[in-house]
Amino acid sequence: MKNHYSGRGVIHHPDEPILLAEHIYVRYDGKIALEDLTFHLHAGERVAVVGPNGAGKSTLFKVVAGLLEPANGKLNIYGEGPSGHICIGYVPQRSQVDWNFPVTVADVVMMGRVGKLGLLRWPHSRDWKLVRQSLAEVGLSDLAHRQISELSGGQQQRMFIARALAQEAELLLMDEPLSGLDVHSEQAIFDILEQLRQRKVTVMVATHDLEQAAENFDRVMLINRRMVGFGKPADVFTSERLMLAYGGHLRLVDADNRLVALADTCCEEGTEE
Amino acid sequence: MNVLIAPMQYAFMFRGLLAVLMVGVVCASVGTFIVLRGMAFFGDALAHAILPGIAIGYLAGSGAREPLFWGAMIAALLSSIGIGAITRRTNIRQDTAIGIVFAGMFALGIALISTVRSYPVDLTHFLFGDVLGVSNSDLVRSAILGILVIAGIILLYKEFVVISFDPVLAVTLRLPGQLLEYVLLIMIAVTIVISLQTVGVALMVAVLVTPAAAAYLLTKRLPVMMVLAASIAALSGVIGLYISFYANVASGAAIVLTCTAFFILAWIGREIQKRILVRKQ
Repeated sequence: MKNHYSGRGVIHHPDEPILLAEHIYVRYDGKIALEDLTFHLHAGERVAVVGPNGAGKSTLFKVVAGLLEPANGKLNIYGEGPSGHICIGYVPQRSQVDWNFPVTVADVVMMGRVGKLGLLRWPHSRDWKLVRQSLAEVGLSDLAHRQISELSGGQQQRMFIARALAQEAELLLMDEPLSGLDVHSEQAIFDILEQLRQRKVTVMVATHDLEQAAENFDRVMLINRRMVGFGKPADVFTSERLMLAYGGHLRLVDADNRLVALADTCCEEGTEE
Repeated sequence: MNVLIAPMQYAFMFRGLLAVLMVGVVCASVGTFIVLRGMAFFGDALAHAILPGIAIGYLAGSGAREPLFWGAMIAALLSSIGIGAITRRTNIRQDTAIGIVFAGMFALGIALISTVRSYPVDLTHFLFGDVLGVSNSDLVRSAILGILVIAGIILLYKEFVVISFDPVLAVTLRLPGQLLEYVLLIMIAVTIVISLQTVGVALMVAVLVTPAAAAYLLTKRLPVMMVLAASIAALSGVIGLYISFYANVASGAAIVLTCTAFFILAWIGREIQKRILVRKQ
């Protein structure tokens, strides 16, 4: 389309960070879920968000996506408030999707165009072209017309990445995208994230897997309601900081030759299960 | 052939036929979203909750149709808003909120209608519909509103799909989610009100949900599901009307039973298809 609808005329200031969070506080049912979180992301980087269960990883993603208003603090996207921005892509947790919904893979990817299209408009050939390109980029061209339940777990994740591409998202949020995937599907997703880096798409991934976070991400953000550390994996994953985030409850389990952090939510919440 | 044509000599049968066709198409199209969003209970409740509106329109308008219609409309909107408010302002779950509003409004309707002497007859008409009593002005009003609802579905199709499939995406795309939800509720309310005379309050949910559910079993494409649902509903309406004419059965019940039969057929068809697929592998 010629007139580029970018959602209520928001402007991107390219010199500003893609995401700037300042002193974010979030309360859930009177309890503090996030406390004084301040950070910013560089365009095109890959950040893993780690922390024990209940540390506020999903809450942080909800705030960034705009699902939750922080009680305090401000969030800026390219130098402006978040309200009109449609440049944030979101890959849902697989358990939160109705896989029997009567839509095809291409239909779901086209949903990414709905924001840019605007009300009362139908997709143009340009939109279909973008959908085809996005599907090709994640290697799902052959499955475009399948109903979504026919995809494997890894293909489902790739479909949602394709949707974010069709959305022309510049910041991609993925909440536990790798849980339950086999090694090949995982690798396929990391290959796609590598391509995204070339397109300057910033990626924020919540994960339980500390070793994967250390290996595959430029920076890691270790949180436990508060910011415990944010930087290169080697600088953040010190025993001192890990103790601070996970308390005495960090158990490193050697699963498939990699270290996985298991933290007991029961103890952290103060109740036994 | 004569069996099909003979009843149409009666003007009331012809009007009834037009009414069931229209109501079928509109109900099933809206019903597709009701099924996909898991709102069947809400639809049923809303159909019942309009009774006090009808009652007030009936008492105030002394038999005229127009006040009935607007009374029902206002009651439907108030009920939707009430359910939404209870859910948002308290920590009561939505299905409980629906139950509270539905039962309260329905009881109020019965209480109001019971103040009239001809109460049993009138109540029966509201509860079970009276498709053969449809007048020309009813038809025109239903047609105009039905076209508006269908136009709304077509114009807001992609937004409704997004808020139904993935509300989180709706937020990140900054769609006016709350507003769209309300528009959908209003469309459901309008659909219920224009279907009131055809199937009545008590069986409304069947026309909303059953054809769409049958279509859901038969296809994995949403536009196809909608067209199939509309066709099943329209066909059920016509078949039900003829059954009602020849077997002297209540028209609303005949229509709903036909819908149910289509659902069972669709289910059997689906099971057979599954068996064949398993054998092929």
